[in-house]
Amino acid sequence: MSKERIQISEALYDIMPSDYQDLVKSATYGKEDRGWKDIGTSKELIEQHSLCAGCPESMAFRYILASLPNPEDTVMVGSTGCTSLVFPMVAVHNIHSLFGNQNAIASGLKRALSVRFPGRVKDVVVLAGDGATVDIGLDMTLQAWFRQEKFTTICFDNELYANTGGQESGLMQKGFVAKMAPVGKLFDKVRLPEIARESGCHYVVNCTVSKPSLVEKVIRNAVHIAREIGPTYLQLYTPCILEIGKNSMEGLQEMRDSEKPTERFAYKEYVSEPAKQLLAELAAKDKERKAAAKQLAGQVSA
Amino acid sequence: MADIHSVIGTKNKKGQTYTDTWKMMNDAPRTPSFYTGSEVIKEALRRASCDVMIAYPITPQSEAAALIGELFAEGYIGDYFRGESEFAVMSQCAGAAFGGARVFTTTAGPGTMRAMENFPMWAGSRLPIQMIVTCRGINSPLSIQPDTLEISYLLNTGMLVWHAETAQDFFDWILKGYMVSEEPDVHLPLALCCDGFFVTHTKDVVNLTPADMCLPPYDPYRSPVPCMDMECPPVRMMRDPFVMKSNYISYATHASWQQEIWAAIERSRKHSIHWLNGLIDTENTDAEIMIVTSGTAVSQGREAIRLLEDEGVRCGLVKVKTLRPWPEEEIREATKNAKHIFVPEFNVTGWLAKEIKATIPNHERVHAGPHVCGGMTMPPEIIVSEIKTALGMKTFSLAGRGS
Repeated sequence: MSKERIQISEALYDIMPSDYQDLVKSATYGKEDRGWKDIGTSKELIEQHSLCAGCPESMAFRYILASLPNPEDTVMVGSTGCTSLVFPMVAVHNIHSLFGNQNAIASGLKRALSVRFPGRVKDVVVLAGDGATVDIGLDMTLQAWFRQEKFTTICFDNELYANTGGQESGLMQKGFVAKMAPVGKLFDKVRLPEIARESGCHYVVNCTVSKPSLVEKVIRNAVHIAREIGPTYLQLYTPCILEIGKNSMEGLQEMRDSEKPTERFAYKEYVSEPAKQLLAELAAKDKERKAAAKQLAGQVSA
Repeated sequence: MADIHSVIGTKNKKGQTYTDTWKMMNDAPRTPSFYTGSEVIKEALRRASCDVMIAYPITPQSEAAALIGELFAEGYIGDYFRGESEFAVMSQCAGAAFGGARVFTTTAGPGTMRAMENFPMWAGSRLPIQMIVTCRGINSPLSIQPDTLEISYLLNTGMLVWHAETAQDFFDWILKGYMVSEEPDVHLPLALCCDGFFVTHTKDVVNLTPADMCLPPYDPYRSPVPCMDMECPPVRMMRDPFVMKSNYISYATHASWQQEIWAAIERSRKHSIHWLNGLIDTENTDAEIMIVTSGTAVSQGREAIRLLEDEGVRCGLVKVKTLRPWPEEEIREATKNAKHIFVPEFNVTGWLAKEIKATIPNHERVHAGPHVCGGMTMPPEIIVSEIKTALGMKTFSLAGRGS
């Protein structure tokens, strides 16, 4: 989709909602170096959200949508949970169908878009919670990776079922007392990043969303690698402050505490050999582009 | 945006000519061919301009699903793969249809049941996916034999549900089915059912349309809901998702959405009548005894009528072709002269008889039977016996039936 597609007829301009007018005036569709720094100076691709005040998931959503390299040709797939309360206000096409089937939906979607738009980039990005990704949807999560489906899977890991009120999930820490784990969870947090690597993902990152620049980097890498090579997986800690007894302003600190080197969300990354090569090529191109821009700027000022 | 009219008369990459569907189905020459039902499904798909087919093995549809894989290898289908379960396959079909593809899949029995959560979602999302259901037992202990109980579970999903009698029905209805379900005022999935083994694994003479003609491609921009391909502007759908609100507006939205699905099924009537030449077929509707049924039970009913005629008993027939939309008016009209209505079925509960009883006046006329299930065949003699018993006529004793 080009930005021309979203233009408003002059005769109808004043009756369009202001958020749509803003989208046309200042959203960053098509901007090559779009990123988290656009937040505040351009229209974000998320209008509002109905998540709790201070929810780290809302931060993650904003950073991710600011960082997608190609939002004008990206379709997102969600699942049931807190994320499904946000997607209706996101300005890229997105699909909610059932709970846990997100990677199956994305498999069919990516193949349909490849059949219909040969030679054109159409990125598919899955974004779902840990219950959807690891418990009810694990089969479809893994099978999409086994088949080397070319899309990115993002898991918002809040270590429990938040939207239904704080029940035990597979990504919950061992010993945590929650609904449906009345004497504490009896088994370890499922090691999905390692399973993702063994299942054929070419890029796997486990981190928090405390640093927008880091989110931007891993999102861009994950989408580019999925587009060219094969499946990628990001597991992002987005704590449910409500269910772990924190206040609205404490989400950021919770993420910082959990990403210390000995903690469970210390930055971990796996990159396959073909993916390393692609990232090196992309970095070289980026350097070239920046050098050319610098030279041009120099010529203009001289 | 694609304009289907512009491609009529042009060729696809396999050299087939995109042909006006009405001309292809009604005017083009037909070639009699001796094929199994599974092979007929393959031949229909060859002509269907299908973008994506997703397969999973389950008897008795495995052969058809594998044969369509051969079509993919030959270049007739855009993409094809084996999913990991029927639940996943039906979600993959949904993903492909959300992305604007013409989608086809096949399933049977326990697979239909495993995938069930997807079907109301397909309808609610207005995805015109076509799913072949080759019915088989869903009971425990495990059975792979013909049994139509699974159809009853599909009736309230919001899908169109058709029940084919023969391989010829199958061939024609696969192609015509897309024409009905892709209409902008319908745009719903179609469950095209047949009785497993009886249709899939037997050979029959089927008149095929020319292999060098195919359907016009699907145009996803005729959909009443946006295609999820980022080719049209994304809009903010609502301020707060209705799932999290307990108020009148959210209830009213859900209610009207459901009503719209059922209104779309109603709107499919006119298209189905046009393409299928009516929602029912009838014979001898002036008779006082009528057999009303669907699927291969129709063939057995026809044979029973012949046997009864030999004994001087005149009997009529209603072949129900579409279960959704339900041909209420047609069945009332066709049975208005009947004093006795028999509904032979290949399932234990007699769901079709219940539908008919709820449709016609004086429903005490309906004899729900005979029923066979679990893979039992239905010899026409047991239909004859059921009818004669009900009429108080002397009938021979059938082994094991206690009559």
